[in-house]
Amino acid sequence: MNGFKDAGHLFRFAGLFVVAFLVFWVVRGFVVPKTFGQYGHYRAAAIAEYAARPVKFAGHQACEACHTDIASTKAGGPHARVNCEACHGALAKHAEDPTSLTPAKPDTAVLCARCHTASAAKPKNFPQVDPAEHSGGAPCQTCHNPHSPVIGATLAAKGGAQ
Amino acid sequence: MSGYMYPNEITLYWSVLIVLYPYITGLVAGAFILASLERVFRVEAVKPTYRLALLTAMSFLLVAPLPLLFHLGQPLRCWEMYFTPHSTSAMAMFGYVYLWYLMAVLSFEIWLDYRREIVLRSQSSKGLLRLVYTIMSLGSSNVSERSLRIDDRVGWIVTLVGIPSAFLLHGYVGFIFGSLKANPWWSSPLTPVVFIFSAMVSGIAAVTLIYMAVTRLRREPIDMRCVDTVAMYLFYIFIIDFSLEMLDLVHRIYEADESFRSLDFLVHTRLFFSQIVLQILLGTLAPLILLFLTQIVKLPEIARKRIYVFSGCMILIGVFAMRWNVVIGGQLFSKSFLGYTTYKVGLVTHEGLLVAVGLSLLPLFFLWVLLMLLPPWSEAGDRQSAAAD
Amino acid sequence: MNITRRHILLLLPAAAVAWKSMLAGTPEDSPNYNMSEHWWGMLIDISKCIGCGNCVRACQTENDLPDGFFRTWVERYHRSNWSLENPEVISPDGGKEGFPSVPDDPSGEYFFVPKMCNHCADSPCTQVCPVGATFISPDGVVLIDQRYCMGCGYCVQACPYGCRYIHPTKKVADKCTLCYHRITKGLTTACCEACPTGARQLADLKNPKDPIHEFLKTHTVQVLKPQLATGAKTFYNDLDGSVR
Repeated sequence: MNGFKDAGHLFRFAGLFVVAFLVFWVVRGFVVPKTFGQYGHYRAAAIAEYAARPVKFAGHQACEACHTDIASTKAGGPHARVNCEACHGALAKHAEDPTSLTPAKPDTAVLCARCHTASAAKPKNFPQVDPAEHSGGAPCQTCHNPHSPVIGATLAAKGGAQ
Repeated sequence: MSGYMYPNEITLYWSVLIVLYPYITGLVAGAFILASLERVFRVEAVKPTYRLALLTAMSFLLVAPLPLLFHLGQPLRCWEMYFTPHSTSAMAMFGYVYLWYLMAVLSFEIWLDYRREIVLRSQSSKGLLRLVYTIMSLGSSNVSERSLRIDDRVGWIVTLVGIPSAFLLHGYVGFIFGSLKANPWWSSPLTPVVFIFSAMVSGIAAVTLIYMAVTRLRREPIDMRCVDTVAMYLFYIFIIDFSLEMLDLVHRIYEADESFRSLDFLVHTRLFFSQIVLQILLGTLAPLILLFLTQIVKLPEIARKRIYVFSGCMILIGVFAMRWNVVIGGQLFSKSFLGYTTYKVGLVTHEGLLVAVGLSLLPLFFLWVLLMLLPPWSEAGDRQSAAAD
Repeated sequence: MNITRRHILLLLPAAAVAWKSMLAGTPEDSPNYNMSEHWWGMLIDISKCIGCGNCVRACQTENDLPDGFFRTWVERYHRSNWSLENPEVISPDGGKEGFPSVPDDPSGEYFFVPKMCNHCADSPCTQVCPVGATFISPDGVVLIDQRYCMGCGYCVQACPYGCRYIHPTKKVADKCTLCYHRITKGLTTACCEACPTGARQLADLKNPKDPIHEFLKTHTVQVLKPQLATGAKTFYNDLDGSVR
């Protein structure tokens, strides 16, 4: 009994710990997000927050739903797998409401050169030219239809280029 | 920048504050080990430093998390470390180890050791100070012979637990770096061990310097037997530390893995001054040779004092340089091993030089407050602890 | 044919319908997307990359990225004939605006390597996060909860590929999300959508009909830094030994 009394101050120190721990545990209950730990050691709601972000590139499926003519022009040519927004830029706004935004026509002299300017670093089988020498400064679409660039094949679907 | 860095690597994300963090934590661990020399290993000669070492450890430990806090992008979210600690993260576990060390080891041991004085002062002082002491006594004024004996016994156990805790505290800091496989400059099982031993060296050197400075300020004679003994331990631990660091270095040079060319280049250029000159030559070899001299030659007291002060300062600089080379050096090279970036310390930015200097001086202020509140040298205290043995 | 106002009026409802079906919901309210049915990865075919930088620009547009930081970037390697250990690598502004010209008849080999988060299955970055702010989603995408991240930067240090950075204004970690907001809507990532040569292909490793399986069967693929055993899911075809 006496020994217990002489160690009493130690219990006070220990009591501090217990109180601190209880406070910690209660606060923790309030502070930790509700979905934390649902799938793993993280806030599950963060996944849905990511998924809910708006897109900026509509995706070629959205373009092709309306622009069926261009899609069919492209289908046969070497640009068949070049997606619309690879050249025209991000157009989700246009896809959502076509009247709100009319995309500007890309400048072919810049656009085509970005991919097709010759460089020894590019894969050998990729079609590449020296733009100045190849066209003498004329815009590419003078001869090529960007949607179906092989020259013979373009005549049939020329309208689509403009 | 030279060569090729991955584009996101050009910015350094861990600044001088992260250098400060292992440095300060190391001083804590080292100071505590010195205190435990007296308590657990019964090295009587170092007694005059015992309480000072504990208070030094305490004041540095209070500052240890601050550089991390200043560094965080979202400091208000720091509580998440405690609320949802990730069990696979060395950093998350550090939070708990820190708290354990602060509360269960250091505060407890200091409290037990000072309890008698706290109670006496709570009765003799007035006003605000009286309130402070009363709170510190936790409202218990039992200072009977028996209760003090219990305190001494429990204090011994706490110190015993404290030694592995101090190792754990700083070993964890080393592990934070040593466990990253992405960074070959850090990734090594030796990193935590080197951190612990360099921590002991720097902590013991710091306490020695503080002891000599404080004694001087109080116009008291420096206890040479104490300082000589501390210096002897310092010397031996320093040898282990140096051997480990050299083992790490030799191992890297001999293995010469894919990262070696890159790291070797770094050590010869951007890290030459801080690694070769500051860390190894001035911070390690010079004090080691001087301390060796004091061990084999009988030098006059004044010469020994000067050597201890000089070596102590060089050790503190050298260990800081070591932390710098680890933290900053580990980010100067690209993980592609093809290029190098540079680090420029800002002056007044929130991770700049001023903040770093402020945080380095803050522990000294805390120490001053603690020395005022709980003077380690009071006549009564000395006699009391002498009687307890 | 020319698209006139009349056409637009006709097409508008069609567009709206197509678009609404595209936006069909988030993981929890969409019957179209079930996290447990997917395990996402990426295929990068180096033999097809022309270094145009479309992917880098698309990524920055889609995800509003700060200048000078990259969720994906393109490197150009130059390896002299046999020296695999000393390639010359450049990536000016992440390859966003293409690359400087190379000599017509170069010595050694030049090629482009697009880089991005590898969405590792044993990711070193999620392992070290002290608070659980970055994680692998049930469908295999390494994501960052930016409302929970405290910006300590430990994950940035732990990523062997340099794919993470601290966002300069948000002050939290940031990285590629594999366009999680797109792939859960049935779209491909912005970088894949914008890649003109098909050098990047989103891959669903759990979907047996995904062309990735056929590709993996018939090609020799590699991941970056395989010695680090990160379980990287960005697979490279035609990867040169000098790439790191």
